[in-house]
Parts: sequence; structure tokens; C-alpha cells
Amino acid sequence: MAVPISYSLRNLWKRRLTTILTVSGMALVVFVFAAILMMAEGLQKTLVETGSYDNVVVFRKGSTSEVMSSIERKQASIVEMLPQVAIDQHGRRLLAKEVVVLISLQKRGDEKAAAHSNVVVRGVEEKSVPLRPQVKLVSGRMFRMGSSEIIVGNSIAKGFKGVGLQGTLNWGMRTWTVVGVFDAGNTGFSSEIWGDVDQVMQAFRRPVYSSVIFKLQNPAEFPTAKGAIEADQRLTLEAKRETRYYLDQSEMMAKFLRILGLSLTIIFSIGAIIGAMITMYSAVANRIGEIGTMRALGFRRRNILAAFLAESLLLGFIGGAAGLFFASFMQFITVSTVNFQTFSELAFKFTLTGPIVLQAMSFSLIMGLIGGLLPAFRASRMNIVEALRAA
Amino acid sequence: MMILKILFRNAFHNKLRSGLTILGIAVAILAFGLLRTVISSWYAGVEAASTSRLVTRNAISIIFTLPLSYNEKIRQLEGVKMVSYGNWFGGVYIDEKNFFPNFCVEPRTYLEIYPEFVLSPAEKKAFIADRKGFVAGRKLAAKYRWKIGDTVTLKGTIYPGNWDFVLRGIYKGRDDTTDETQFYFHWDYLNETIKKVSSQQADQVGFYMIAVTRPDLAAEVALAVDKTFKNSLAETLTETEKAFNQGFIAMSGAIVTAIQMVSFVVIIIIMAVVANTMAMTTRERIGDYAIMKTLGFGSRDITILIFGESLVITLTGCLTGMILTYPAAAAFGHALETFFPIFIVSTETLYLDVLAAILIGCLAAIIPTRQAIRIGIADGLRRIG
Repeated sequence: MAVPISYSLRNLWKRRLTTILTVSGMALVVFVFAAILMMAEGLQKTLVETGSYDNVVVFRKGSTSEVMSSIERKQASIVEMLPQVAIDQHGRRLLAKEVVVLISLQKRGDEKAAAHSNVVVRGVEEKSVPLRPQVKLVSGRMFRMGSSEIIVGNSIAKGFKGVGLQGTLNWGMRTWTVVGVFDAGNTGFSSEIWGDVDQVMQAFRRPVYSSVIFKLQNPAEFPTAKGAIEADQRLTLEAKRETRYYLDQSEMMAKFLRILGLSLTIIFSIGAIIGAMITMYSAVANRIGEIGTMRALGFRRRNILAAFLAESLLLGFIGGAAGLFFASFMQFITVSTVNFQTFSELAFKFTLTGPIVLQAMSFSLIMGLIGGLLPAFRASRMNIVEALRAA
Repeated sequence: MMILKILFRNAFHNKLRSGLTILGIAVAILAFGLLRTVISSWYAGVEAASTSRLVTRNAISIIFTLPLSYNEKIRQLEGVKMVSYGNWFGGVYIDEKNFFPNFCVEPRTYLEIYPEFVLSPAEKKAFIADRKGFVAGRKLAAKYRWKIGDTVTLKGTIYPGNWDFVLRGIYKGRDDTTDETQFYFHWDYLNETIKKVSSQQADQVGFYMIAVTRPDLAAEVALAVDKTFKNSLAETLTETEKAFNQGFIAMSGAIVTAIQMVSFVVIIIIMAVVANTMAMTTRERIGDYAIMKTLGFGSRDITILIFGESLVITLTGCLTGMILTYPAAAAFGHALETFFPIFIVSTETLYLDVLAAILIGCLAAIIPTRQAIRIGIADGLRRIG
């Protein structure tokens, strides 16, 4: 017959202070573990959602981001003529030749530090907009082609100085007016500034495009298009699916965060396991008489073992639940930092997913289990007579 | 003396529990020390940077270049001792994973502005004489087992193609904080190759390094440089090397803040563990305290006993953790050499370790002490088994 679970529960309640301290230690570990995984997940999710599966990004061979890439006008026209490029209902080819540069802007807040960060300025064509259905204007209007007008993503408008609606920026000996703010949801575009490609190229004296983006007529035709671009002797270009392109950009940083998170939590969990172990050892030591009585009543060794393991698993469960509860509030926080790989500012949210909940919870239960294992063994191996005498 | 003996006896009364607690503290102090070191190595570039060197770059952002013609104009400004220039090359060695910073520079002036890169005169001469030559830091050369005379090929990400270089010198850092993982080659080599491909992009410089005659002139010179090129096609932004490096770190500020927060969380976690231990210890010994009270010891004595015991445990753990920090930091630093070229445990970290241990010890003792003091003598005596 098994020892009822209420025995373990009431035991935890009886020694509240100890239980709370142990649980809060575990909860903190779970919190850190979940928060770092959420950060890596949020980063990756943001960049993955930035790309669309049926879009293709073409850039110069060997360059790792659009900023480093350069495509001559002649080469861009060759790509434009590919038969795989989709055509919209007006008969236009859904292909945009864009230029991407970084400008340094001052962040809001931090007056004395005057922190600057690199922001992506993307020179776009009219056809760039239908290629990015995620981008929606939330205030103001679209910029006019051929003018020094720009629209900014909402993360940039929020995080940087002087880029709100009607704000002005100076680059290339010109003044640029912000005429609109757009929201691109949780995507990298929310951290960009858009203007007319020809104006941007002229202002920055860049005679070449950075990348060419086009929509595939049929998503399955990607290998054909890629083959055609990469085999062409006149082009020194490389093509990637947009989803893949952005995923690659998040790889280094996400890996860094995961390694950091993992090594931190492993170290922390040692502390928490020790905490659980101390608690359970003393739980056993204080209840030697009880254990003796239970054994005398006919409970088996394995029942005792199970009861104490259940108690420490409960500790782990409560700790895990508390940690996840607090971690779930992190979802309201947006982090804006520089992606090492592209060297440009990127805003992303902490994202809690099912697998993270599962991982964090199992991690917490494992902590409880390991912490409780040795004490539970000690309890189950007690001699009845000696245990009763100790009481 | 007597009191110390009692404290140690008490602390190690329950060997298993104290041992576990000490282990927990040691691990926490180790983690705290490593995290602090991570943060300080993040700032290593700032620490090593000089305030008497200025960096001039394009005001729009770091990816834009400046014309080479600025070199002469900057040199003529008052307070400027020497000017050098270079570009970030962004080359990849075999695979993207093998990251190390690589620059092309004007070798003669650059090495003079950076006296902390120590090269033997022969190596220096060989490097300057060979246009395809490069110098690498000691750690970098050791990592890839490069020997003088070896040819190394980098794949350009900004400047396309495969670039061959010949190792002409291995520099050593003058100070502990000098980065020994960098790669420098001739700016002329880059420029001439670019000239052949597209003459428009030639004669462009990524940054100017300026040495000033006196450090206190730095601010004035910086202003003078920026004023000279105001309203030109390529406006400049000049700041001290320290401020420049600080700017880079500020960009990844969110991560630094996160690590900083986490390093305090570990202290809180371990505080919970120690508080737990102390709570149990006091609960078990409540009878002892009642007897002491009967004998006439006051609350002050009991407070000293509990706080002392808690401190004995935390400080023992702290000492163990501090000793462990050194081998751990060495291993950690070696594994993450690409991210953190400098990874040294600072004395400040050790002070913080001790401070944290004392803090944990005191805070963990507060609640148990209150309980022990509040309990009535009769209640306490009755609890004896």
C-alpha cells in the first residue's frame, strides 16, 4: 500500500520556511533557465518570421549579410529576367532591388552614456512592399518615390532619438523627413528605416545594390532559380530562401545565448540541488520516529522511498511552476540589442513556447529528484527497531 | 578564542549538511566570479584602450569609409603627433567559426602608435618590407600553429576573393590586457587589389588612428578634426579610443545587463540555500539556546553565535570557491578565446566574492536569530526530545 500523497504535502506545509526557501531557490534557477531560452527563441522567431518561404534573397557570393554585399545594376537586371520570378495581377515582376546600409543613431534615454547603435536603412522600390506583407503603416503615410522622405519601423521610432513622426535625420548632406511609422510585427523589419532606393543610393554614393529580393512563382522552383543564378558566369551571386537567410543571421547569437544559458543553469542547478538535498535530509532526520512507525504499520521500504521522492518531486514541481509563472511575465519585455552577425540593431521579445515550458519543468523535476534521491534512500533503508527507538 | 572554537564546533556539528552548504556556496562563488570575469573581459577592450589615441571614422556609421586624402589634412592639425589608418577587413579563415579580428593598416605608423604590440626589430622590418606580409598576435598564431614564413589565406566577406598573406611577425602584448588575437596586414595590399577591380572604391580608409602630442589635448584635437570635414561628403566623428570601444560595448548593452543581473541572481539562490541551513540548525538547537538563556546569556550572545556560525560556513565556502575560480577561469577562458581574448580574474572580483559571502552569511542568519531570541525559555526547553 502506498503512503498517501497528502502525507508529503502536509509535511511541506508543516515546515513552511524551509519549503519556501528551497522552492524559491529552485524557482530562480528555473526562471533564469526559462528566460535565457525564451530570449534565444524570441531572437530566432523574430528573424525567422522576417523571411517568407517563397521569397528569395540574392546577394554577392561570400558575403554574410546584405550590408556587406554588392550587386551591380547589370547583374541585377539579369536576375530580374529569370523565368521563376512571380508576376502580380498588374503584370509587374515581383522583384525588388534594394540597398542596405547602416547608420549610427543615438538611443533614447541614457543621456550621459549617449549610446549609439547601428540601424539598418533599406532603400526600397515600390515592389518591395507587396514582397513584405508583414509591413503595415500604423501612422502617417508612405514616402513618395523620388523625395527625401522615409518611413521607420516602430521599434526604431520607440527606441531612438529624433525618429518619431515628422522627425528629421541628416545623412549625405540632406535632410530626411520621417513621414510614416510602420509596424512589421515581430520581425526584423520593425528595426529598419525605409526610403526610396535611388535616393538612398545617391545620398550614400553607393552605385551598387545590396541585394535583390524576388517572389517565386512557385515555391518549389527554388532549386531551379538558385541553380540558374549560381551557374551564370556573368553573376558572382548567391541565392537563399528568405527564411533560410534570416535564420542564418540569428544562428551565432542564438547559439551564444543557448550555451550561456545552459552553462549558467547547470552551475546554478548544483546550488539548487544541494538546497533540496539539505531540505530532504533534514526532513528525513526529523522524522525517524515516524518512518519507524510507518514501517511497523506495514509500509514497505519502497513505499517510504516513494513517499520521500514524491515530497522532493513536489518541491521541484512547485519551484518549476513558480519559476515559469514569473518567467511568463518576461514576455512583455522587448529587448533591443545589436546582432553580432549583422552588426545592426534588432528588437525582439522574450517568447515562451510549449517546448520551453516542458524543458524548464522537467529540469525542475530532475533537480527535485536528484536532490531527494539520497535522502529517500536513507529513509527507506532505516532499521525498524532503531528508528522506533530514536523516536 | 573560545567563541571561535564554539562557532566551528557548531558549524560542523551536522557534517553532511554543513558540507553540502559549503559546497553550494563554493559553486555559487565560482559562478559569481566567472560571470564577473566575463563582464570585465567584455570591457577589456575599453580598459586596454588609451585616452591619448583618437579614432576618426565616418559620421554616418562604421561601414562607410573616408577618403585617403584626409590623412594629410589631419596631420597638419595642431596637437597631432602621428596619424595612421586602416580598414576592417572581415576576412574568414577557412570557416566562419574561426573568427578573429583582421585589419589592414599602414604598418609603419600603426606600430608606432601602438607601442603595446611588441615585435622584434627584425620581424618589424620584415613585415614592413613585405607588402603581402602580416603580423599576428601570439595567442592567434599559437591557436592555428602558424610559423613565421607560413602562407595564410583569408576569404574576404567585404572584399571578395581569396587573399594570401605571409606571416612575418608574431607580436606579444606589452601588458596583460593587450589583445593577442589580432591580425594585421598592409593597407596598400588591399588598396592596390581594389584598384584593379574598381577604381572608384580605391583610396578609401575605414578609420584613422591619431596620436596626440599631449593626452589633455585629445578633446580639442577631436573637435578640430570634425570641424575640418564638416559639410563635406564624408563627415567625420572623432573620439578617444576608449570612447570608441565603449560605444561598441554599449551596443550589446542588453546582454551585459542580463549577465550582470544573473550574477546577482546566483547570490540570491545561494542565500536561500544558506538561510535554509541556518533555519534548520537553529530549529534543532532551540533547546541549547534555551539552556544558554537560563544560564544568563543574553540575546546578544545568541545573536553572535548564530551570525558567527553562518559566517563560518559562508566564508569557508567562499574561500573554496575563490581557490576554484582560478583553474575554472583558465579553462573557461581557453574555451571561449574567440569571444574573450582577455580573461583574467581581477582582484576586485575577489573582494566582491568576500563581500557577497559576508552579505549572504548575515542575511541568512536574520530570521533564525529572531526566532531563537523570541522563543521563551520554557517553550525552548520543552522542545528537547
